[in-house]
Amino acid sequence: MGLEQKAGNMGIVTTSLEKAVNWSRTNAMWPMLFGLACCAIEMMSAQAADYDMSRFGMELMRASPRQSDLMIVAGRVSRKMAPVVRKLYDQMPAPKWVIAMGDCASCGGIFNNYAILQGVDEIVPVDVYVAGCPPRPEALIHGVLTLHEKVRKEKIKDWA
Amino acid sequence: MTDIREVSVDELRHLVSDRAMSGETMLLNMGPQHPSTHGVLRLLLELDGEVVVNVIPDIGFLHTGVEKTAESKNYQQAEVMTDRLDYLNPMGNNLTYCLAVEKLTELDVPPRAQAIRVILAELQRISSHLLWLGTSALDLGAMSMFLYCFRERELVLNIFELVSGQRMMTTFIRPGGLWRDVPVEFEATVRDFLKAMPRRIKEYDDLLEKNEIFLDRTKGIGILTKEDCFQYGLSGPVIRGSGVAHDLRKKQPYSGYDLYDFDIPTHPEGDVYARYRVRVEEMTQSLRIIEQALNKLPYGPVRSNNRKYVPPPRSEIGVSMEALIHHFKLWTEGFTPPAGHVYVATESPRGELGVYMESDGTARPYRVHLVTPTFVNLQAVPVMSRKHYIADLIGIVGSIDIVLGDADR
Repeated sequence: MGLEQKAGNMGIVTTSLEKAVNWSRTNAMWPMLFGLACCAIEMMSAQAADYDMSRFGMELMRASPRQSDLMIVAGRVSRKMAPVVRKLYDQMPAPKWVIAMGDCASCGGIFNNYAILQGVDEIVPVDVYVAGCPPRPEALIHGVLTLHEKVRKEKIKDWA
Repeated sequence: MTDIREVSVDELRHLVSDRAMSGETMLLNMGPQHPSTHGVLRLLLELDGEVVVNVIPDIGFLHTGVEKTAESKNYQQAEVMTDRLDYLNPMGNNLTYCLAVEKLTELDVPPRAQAIRVILAELQRISSHLLWLGTSALDLGAMSMFLYCFRERELVLNIFELVSGQRMMTTFIRPGGLWRDVPVEFEATVRDFLKAMPRRIKEYDDLLEKNEIFLDRTKGIGILTKEDCFQYGLSGPVIRGSGVAHDLRKKQPYSGYDLYDFDIPTHPEGDVYARYRVRVEEMTQSLRIIEQALNKLPYGPVRSNNRKYVPPPRSEIGVSMEALIHHFKLWTEGFTPPAGHVYVATESPRGELGVYMESDGTARPYRVHLVTPTFVNLQAVPVMSRKHYIADLIGIVGSIDIVLGDADR
């Protein structure tokens, strides 16, 4: 008779601190309300009635970077916008994650020219890339779930 | 990276009033990631307490270099970029671009293709206005509008997905016609949409027309007179909300708009509320156009037969050597229109969208210039918002329906 079995009868679940923290982080991840271009429209669709991201605890978009955990770079990042995006990222409190939504944010997409950053990973570290031009809301939700999977595997010793 | 030029404060001093220099008024930065700017618009506000003294829009945060990139692509490739300009109106952008190419090459478009183009462009207008209604009402505190409008917007996107396989960036309208004919389910799906929509529009009216907060925040706010509209060269619902019945679909009909019977909704007040009414009534008019176009949708080909410019259908390639050669030529080199220049303008959901195209007789355009409505309409923001409260600025900026991809291109 271990402690776990006894505690289970009392309605108590035992787990590791790591798992508990990661679980709470995935289920209340606040994305930043910040769109750049076409992908932002699909991001809004993902928030709206048909796709409803709140099923995954992602409905609370924060307009301020200081209150958000996740930056979804939705759209092409121009050279003029790049310093702003970096500043927003710097203002977010750790732990923070970045999803590059769409081809433009991932690699420049069809705009291989002087104006567009060839991938937002030139300025901020990206956790998940979502392909598509623009990606369907399902694709964005898949990207978010992939990020959740990644967060669940994070280790305390790496937090630093 | 481009060089960043240091600008001294003296160079920018003329943008704000003298009172800002003495610290009597406050300079406040709004954007470029402010959610109510609908994208990446930056507004430099000069405020006297809560009252707006001046607004200086700063654009270019979404500059994409479309015009320059188009010069290095051939005519079919450059069209793909037009979808992403004004990303709420991809079909309309495609249509404008294709009309320009067709004018340059003197291509004829079969009547069936023209009718389908009109249907798709009007569906796009409805979806754009729905998105505008949802987000602008959300900005003014009506959260549920966002959810309802997006519900209906999905219906339009489903139709686009049905015809082209893509929800937003379809590139379905091609020079000389359409990519392919619409599937058999198209007519029934659009008719279902037509049947459902009038009741939904009434729902929006019920939600907003008696909403005291919404009315207070829109009526009498951001007044724009007829003279202002003409002086700034504005277009679209902004000018129609000031009582000017100007619509390019009526004034210079394209793609067979003259075959359909519809009205231009106008309101003389020129405030945010008038512009909101114009857009809602335009949705009803668009439904009328779609219904008429569906009722007399002709049968026939959807692509021009001119093999110099328009690729042959897939089925011909297997049996005809000539078709194979045309296909190969068109998809490797592209086509070469005669030298010359054209300007074509259409009515986008935001106003006059124009494409100026110059050809030097090679397979790539020499110059593609885009005249975009948001860029022009944005000039009116300072005029509309002076002496209003900063909270009203949200409604005013929303009321011109800015799409920064359209303004910066």
